Amino acid sequence: MIRPGKGAEIRMAWWRRKKQALEQTSESNKVSVPRGLWTKCDACGEITYTAEFVQNLRVCPVCGHHHVMPTKERIAAMLDRDSWQPLDLELRSGDPLGFRDQAAYSDRVAKADRSVGPTDAFTAGFGTIDGLDVSAGFFVFEYMGGSMGSVVGEKVTRVFERALERKIPAVIFSASGGARMQEGILSLMQMAKTSAARGRLRAAGIPYVSVCLHPTTGGVAASFAMLGDVILAEPRALVGFAGPRVVQQTIGQELPPGFQRAEFLLEHGMLDRIVGRLELREQLGLMLRLLAGAPAKAAAALPPAPAG
Amino acid sequence: MSGKVLEFERPIVELETKIRELKDLSGAGSEMADEIARLEQKAAELQRERFAALTPWEQLQLAKHPDRPYTLDYIGEVLTDFVELKGDRAFGDDPAIVGGIARLDGRSVVVLGQQKGRNTKENLHRNFGMARPEGYRKAQRLMKMADQFGLPLLCLIDTAGAYPGIGAEERGQAEAIATCLELMAGLRVPSISVVIGEGGSGGALAIGVTDRILMLEHAVYSVISPRGCASILWKDAEAERTAAEQLKMTAHDLVGLGICDEVVPEALGGAHRGLPATAAALHDALRRHYGELAALSVQDRLERRYAKFRRMGHVEMQA
Ligand SMILES: [Zn+2]
Repeated sequence: MIRPGKGAEIRMAWWRRKKQALEQTSESNKVSVPRGLWTKCDACGEITYTAEFVQNLRVCPVCGHHHVMPTKERIAAMLDRDSWQPLDLELRSGDPLGFRDQAAYSDRVAKADRSVGPTDAFTAGFGTIDGLDVSAGFFVFEYMGGSMGSVVGEKVTRVFERALERKIPAVIFSASGGARMQEGILSLMQMAKTSAARGRLRAAGIPYVSVCLHPTTGGVAASFAMLGDVILAEPRALVGFAGPRVVQQTIGQELPPGFQRAEFLLEHGMLDRIVGRLELREQLGLMLRLLAGAPAKAAAALPPAPAG
Repeated sequence: MSGKVLEFERPIVELETKIRELKDLSGAGSEMADEIARLEQKAAELQRERFAALTPWEQLQLAKHPDRPYTLDYIGEVLTDFVELKGDRAFGDDPAIVGGIARLDGRSVVVLGQQKGRNTKENLHRNFGMARPEGYRKAQRLMKMADQFGLPLLCLIDTAGAYPGIGAEERGQAEAIATCLELMAGLRVPSISVVIGEGGSGGALAIGVTDRILMLEHAVYSVISPRGCASILWKDAEAERTAAEQLKMTAHDLVGLGICDEVVPEALGGAHRGLPATAAALHDALRRHYGELAALSVQDRLERRYAKFRRMGHVEMQA
């Protein structure tokens, strides 16, 4: 646990007094919060020790707001401890179109590789949830907005193919703005490729659970993310085909409050359940066991909760 | 006909107008006949030259030309006995996608495609060929019917994209498209999709997961519209010409990228200047491809279709 020094305590008292002002100018104030010590809730402005905040899976202890979670933490929180075996680490994006907007695509990829790691926008592998083997995949939203190019499409396809081969459930945690424009039509075709692989899993009677994180839109939503036997979402996650800005520009009027949020989708019958991040792992374990017809696991045998 | 003339069509259209005027002036069999023949030859040459050097941006203008033939035009030219079938059996009928049963060379097929309108009134009715979930669910129903009765499936793609509206999102646009993709990948019957104009994003692909993917010569197929791409990546919608080049969206680009199986030639000057010739070329291509597909077993077709899409993309391996 990181204990704040005296200076930090004074600063915190000041922040608490100025909470109102903080909300109004959150952008400029964000920088002033000592990094690694304190984290301010994006929704309610509450200040929490970063260590506790991370321990709490980046869910605000006061208002329950689910903050963006780095993929590493996500994997640790969703799978049984030390069960993750990442695969496909050798796959890299090329530049099939020689695409260049304000920067060259190859430079964007190299930059993301350096700052996030060479996973591209998706990491795939095997793990266990509640002791049950799964073929799992996690979008890396930090990497070019989780956009799906050829590498992501290939890895998603392999998640389904490995699930089929081993006859174990597939679980995918999506967080993506959609297809990666810099790979043009090849990105679009990843929607077809992944959906075809998902279809083979369905035909074999093997469960696939799709978890939609904030945000899941475009070509990812309009393919495998909406094709789960069970589709879950985190609270308030934005899930939809067209981005809200595009919808607004098209219709030329204000969007209704809560539009395209998980609660909106649940109401319209597009999701099975909204599950809070703190309950998600346990719920996934339960559902996967039920779907696979596996017996309930004794509570005592459950592995310890991951420590963030 | 809107009579719209694109910038690069103008010299040709002007020459053609001049030829028509000469013909009117001189009457049949006059001393002007040589001159008219010379001009006609010149017009054809000019057209051939100009159309051999079209930029991606010009291709896009042709693909979206208001006089370009639409789905129902090709159905009328290539198929017989078309009977339109409507409704998704859940919510409504979406006129942005038309579909039904018809004959190709006397054999029953199921056909569907996005349908744009010719004028404002038609476009309001057909929503500019931008389908809502009901359209994709109607498509699913027809695809399942094709499978049930063992009828080959023909999909004509011509849309700027699926409609981004509030109702469309409420009723599950993403799910409707996704389900189309999965369903098509598993159909037992032979399937061919043809991009006849605009192939815009997921709303186009939703009816494009087929054994063969054909494109008309001046059709385009892209992950996003150049304008949308420009506004996101260039933060400037005016950069759309550059985006059109960068996206590699022409029929020949898609052959090079391993997506399009065959480019179907259009009439000289584009399909809007010669529907019968374009439709005849399409008819030939369809006959040939369905013939090849019919010779395969169901299992073989399913394996090949899976492998076809499985290969798509460009992935490098780190040494
Ligand atoms: Zn909060």
